[in-house]
Amino acid sequence: MEHIRTTKVEQVKLLDRFSTSNKSLTGTLYLTATHLLFIDSHQKETWILHHHIALVEKLALTTSGCPLVIQCKNFRIVHFIVPRERDCHDIYNSLLQLSKQAKYEDLYAFSYNPKQNDSERLRGWQLIDLAEEYKRMGVPNSNWQLSDANREYKICETYPRELYVPRIASKPIIVGSSKFRSKGRFPVLSYYHEHKEAAICRCSQPLSGFSARCLEDEHLLQAISKANPVNRYMYVMDTRPKHRMQSWWATQKDIGRIIVRISSKIWNDEKIRESDEKKRLNAMANRAAGKGYENEDNYSNIRFQFVGIENIHVMRSSLQKLLEVNGTKGLSVSDFYSGLESSGWLRHIKAVMDAAIFLAKAITVESASVLVHCSDGWDRTSQVCSLGSLLLDSYYRTIKGFMVLIEKDWISFGHKFSERCGHLDGDPKEVSPVFTQFLECVWHLTEQFPQAFEFNEAFLVQIHEHIHSCQFGNFLGNCQKEREELKLKEKTYSLWPFLLDDQKKYLNPLYTSKSPKFTVLEPNTVSFNFKFWRNMYHQFDRTLHPRQSVFNIITNMNEQNKQLEKDIKDLESKIKQCKNKPTDGILTKELIHSVHPESPTLKTSLCFKEQTLLPVNHALRTIEGSNPADNRYSEYAEEFSKSEPGVVSLEYGVARMTC
Amino acid sequence: MEFSDLIRTRRAQAKLLRGPEAPPLRGTLCLTGHHLLLSPGPQATSELWLLLLRSVDSIEKRVASDSGTITLRCKDLRVLQLEIEGVEASLDIARSIEALSSLESVITSFPFFYRPKGLRLGDAWHFHPPERYYKRVARETNAWRLSEVNEDFSVCPSYPRAVIVPRSVDDGALARSARFRQGGRFPVLSYHHAPSGTVLVRSSQPLTGPQKRRCAEDEELLRAVLAGARPGARGFIVDTRSSQAAKQARMTGGGTEAKAAYPGWKRLHRPLERGQPLQESFVRLVEACGDLQQSTDSWLRRLEGCCWLAHVKEALSTACLAAQGMEREGACILVHGAEGTDSTLLVTSLAQLILDPLSRTMAGFQELVEREWIQAGHPFQLRCAHSAFSHARPKHEAPTFLLFLDCVWQLGRQFPLSLEFGEGLLLALFEHAYASPFGTFLCNSERERCLCEVRTRTHSLWSGLNQPKEQRKLRNPLYAPNPLAIWPSVELQSLRLWQGLFLRWIRPPEPSEVAWEKVWQIVTDKEKTKLSQPTVSASEPQL
Repeated sequence: MEHIRTTKVEQVKLLDRFSTSNKSLTGTLYLTATHLLFIDSHQKETWILHHHIALVEKLALTTSGCPLVIQCKNFRIVHFIVPRERDCHDIYNSLLQLSKQAKYEDLYAFSYNPKQNDSERLRGWQLIDLAEEYKRMGVPNSNWQLSDANREYKICETYPRELYVPRIASKPIIVGSSKFRSKGRFPVLSYYHEHKEAAICRCSQPLSGFSARCLEDEHLLQAISKANPVNRYMYVMDTRPKHRMQSWWATQKDIGRIIVRISSKIWNDEKIRESDEKKRLNAMANRAAGKGYENEDNYSNIRFQFVGIENIHVMRSSLQKLLEVNGTKGLSVSDFYSGLESSGWLRHIKAVMDAAIFLAKAITVESASVLVHCSDGWDRTSQVCSLGSLLLDSYYRTIKGFMVLIEKDWISFGHKFSERCGHLDGDPKEVSPVFTQFLECVWHLTEQFPQAFEFNEAFLVQIHEHIHSCQFGNFLGNCQKEREELKLKEKTYSLWPFLLDDQKKYLNPLYTSKSPKFTVLEPNTVSFNFKFWRNMYHQFDRTLHPRQSVFNIITNMNEQNKQLEKDIKDLESKIKQCKNKPTDGILTKELIHSVHPESPTLKTSLCFKEQTLLPVNHALRTIEGSNPADNRYSEYAEEFSKSEPGVVSLEYGVARMTC
Repeated sequence: MEFSDLIRTRRAQAKLLRGPEAPPLRGTLCLTGHHLLLSPGPQATSELWLLLLRSVDSIEKRVASDSGTITLRCKDLRVLQLEIEGVEASLDIARSIEALSSLESVITSFPFFYRPKGLRLGDAWHFHPPERYYKRVARETNAWRLSEVNEDFSVCPSYPRAVIVPRSVDDGALARSARFRQGGRFPVLSYHHAPSGTVLVRSSQPLTGPQKRRCAEDEELLRAVLAGARPGARGFIVDTRSSQAAKQARMTGGGTEAKAAYPGWKRLHRPLERGQPLQESFVRLVEACGDLQQSTDSWLRRLEGCCWLAHVKEALSTACLAAQGMEREGACILVHGAEGTDSTLLVTSLAQLILDPLSRTMAGFQELVEREWIQAGHPFQLRCAHSAFSHARPKHEAPTFLLFLDCVWQLGRQFPLSLEFGEGLLLALFEHAYASPFGTFLCNSERERCLCEVRTRTHSLWSGLNQPKEQRKLRNPLYAPNPLAIWPSVELQSLRLWQGLFLRWIRPPEPSEVAWEKVWQIVTDKEKTKLSQPTVSASEPQL
């Protein structure tokens, strides 16, 4: 609270960035400990959570006041004009302080109180149980078991306590392998495909220059491939772009690693062969000494695959470019599309999608297990593993299943939410929209498969809202260990039960749940299937959206159908009852009323009324949203107003002549 | 000339490939005067496959040692491949298709032979003429009358027999005004907006010429337009050319209304693309859509390069401008470009769709297309002679009508509950405008249609479409009448490529079609429960 100097400013103007008329709303701005609140003259409230604020800018003073532009992480951009510069300065400084907290304990989640008692809160946290989820997948089983190696976070701080590994992988092997992998993130199970008996595993990159090779790591990989009784071949997917890796390779000193990771395919690659000529000679020498080639034999059942997903820095600047382009008012076609192209955003989305499709195909077509890694194994690896599982398993396409998927592949495996979302005042270079990309990939899937998902777009947008809001504990911290230290489960609430309570809003009315568990989605990644996600990046720009929502109307109809069917049944059973009792009319009527306090016809007519009213209501609301003044048809608004004096003076002229 | 002269080989064995999704079809290929048929063997279960030759846009042949491959690119953007046994046969068939698909004569075209079951000739032809619209206008205002000055098409060959004009202007003045307008297209009523008492009027450019000619009757006509509207109404002339193009038109005898000559009217220039550049934009877009291998970047570059969405945006915003002028500013609007048969109609028809709830119904939209496009003299035969695949040098081709349909589709996407018809109707109109067994889109004007006796000798598309069995395809199940104007957003973020048309034959249709089927199911479920409800409650009093 010590940061707040001014709590209330009156006569503040709010500008709409896509409206042509430069029309503004005048209202009062309030600054609270957690939110910035604007109430306009129609009593409409705009709440902005401090944690959502990504950037505050004070622009040069104008005649009408001091402009204050606030950019939010949920893609809201608000433009206030504060009449007095001093107020503007106060608010600006307060927001600068409030939007960047130094300590976790100052985040909203630690003060947020939704009026629940401790047991309710605990139950909320227990809603998603990952042990239960692994059981659902069919592990532990004869090939996979729960390892207690990381029980105390001794092997890997950024992994969860419970990890599933091949049964034949002993603890020394795990420990050895973890020393060979960056941040100790050794290969573990992410998803088990019960039907194909194949697994998705994840890890980080092998450490360069540590040692020539690591037998334990080789053993662990062998164990993973042996845990698949159907196909001994396994894929190692490096999600980084090949061209980057080639230059990186050239600096590598250890040959053992290369042999481990290079499949016959890569050996045939001319470029690699040249750049690694020297190392290959080394390998020949090793072979002469009776070493080296054993490796290649050992790993002959590994196929190596690059998929080119760029790193977090590329992604961050890509999104930045995208937002810059689309934030402009009155874009021309060429601005829009060349901006979309040069941002590369859709290309990156496609790369993630392609990787996930490759993964899903390896499992469904070849029944092969796949080991996925990138550098640290918490960004691109999380994207590919979770999206791949989503393609494979219809459970993850339900509301609950999607929560489980996020808990498993993102939260528990240590995607650094706090750093990537910039929850605290930290290194801006660590911020990156990795999770946003994942949500966008899921959105593209919902567009291609409108019936495959139990949830709708709003669900994805809502989750995106809360990864930044710091209102719930789920996304705070960077790994499970940190979360335990923060005692999040005791001090904060879980997001999921709140979303479940509200699930009516997030249901896809077209969802067909009949599809069996392993219905695999096979998305088509032809380039025209990748579209700009307006409802995410312009979610607050009301004027850009369709004026009527199909989803709402279908959901309503569905509900009415159910209600009416229920009514019919009720009435039918009542008729039966009445027929069974040969009494006179009055008594029957009484009976009806006693069974059903309201008259059934009244009830249904109410229902109909609501239904006929609904579209009209909707239309009324839409018209409010669909005002010609809100739309940029052209500069005609000025033309129309310009024309006015012309006509008037003409009339004057006529008047004078008649005089 | 007999068709048989053009048919070199009637029959051949062939295999038909219909794109990546549909399975290939094998059978006997037959060529008739109007159709290409593929009849699968007697044991096959699939039905006879039929293609109207008129819908072939371009044909490409390749021969191997003992067979030939013909690639047919259709006007509805479908690409078909025929593998035909025998080199000679395949070449003959290719040549015959080429000759038959490009026949110029109207009265030997298929609509004059098409006699479907269940339809009667002459049905629905009198559904929509201007007289019908005039009845509606007459209920709303007394300032307009129906003139038969064009009874014999002598005043304006591209107008229908009856047009709606200001009551105070007599037929003689109309005829003189017609001489001052290109092609005789003098200002006529397009739409009367009752809530504001203003009107939408369309015409062609005035023949001002380099001498800055004037025409008293034309000036009087436009004065009468303003006088008929609410008192003190102003007028805007929306010229669909740039001001420079309008000035240049003066050199060739055209031009614009001089400010001094038309008091109360103010001119706005909203340049819309037309003619060849529009056709090229269409061709380039279709080319880009056909390339499945390209990267996301190159796709975006080509989407930008073809400018199609820019044309959509411009057309919509000009229509909104006209509509806004009427509804919000209470002004009368006159729209014209040069000839007044292309972008003019685009603007007036879209503006009506935005303002008029009736034109958003199934019947109302059909009436709008009939009145504002067909009867208003959009030269369909010239504009739709070829679609995007033709190698022939474009002469008069331009996808203006397709642009209109695309704009309607964008409106429907932004107001998914406000149009009674769905994408199906728009797709059907696109298909039939380019090649159709019905006579509705034949010829370039009412006059030509009368000469060819289209009305009495062919079936109307409207009666074909309004058969009950077609309804599920064409209707929007979610329609709920919306009495208000629908103002679309024309920001690029709100406009989308019409995938249902441009990618119709390229992407697998299933998921979205299945989803649409589900929507229908939900809606019909609702109707069913709604119907059964009263019967149950009706049984109540009997107890």
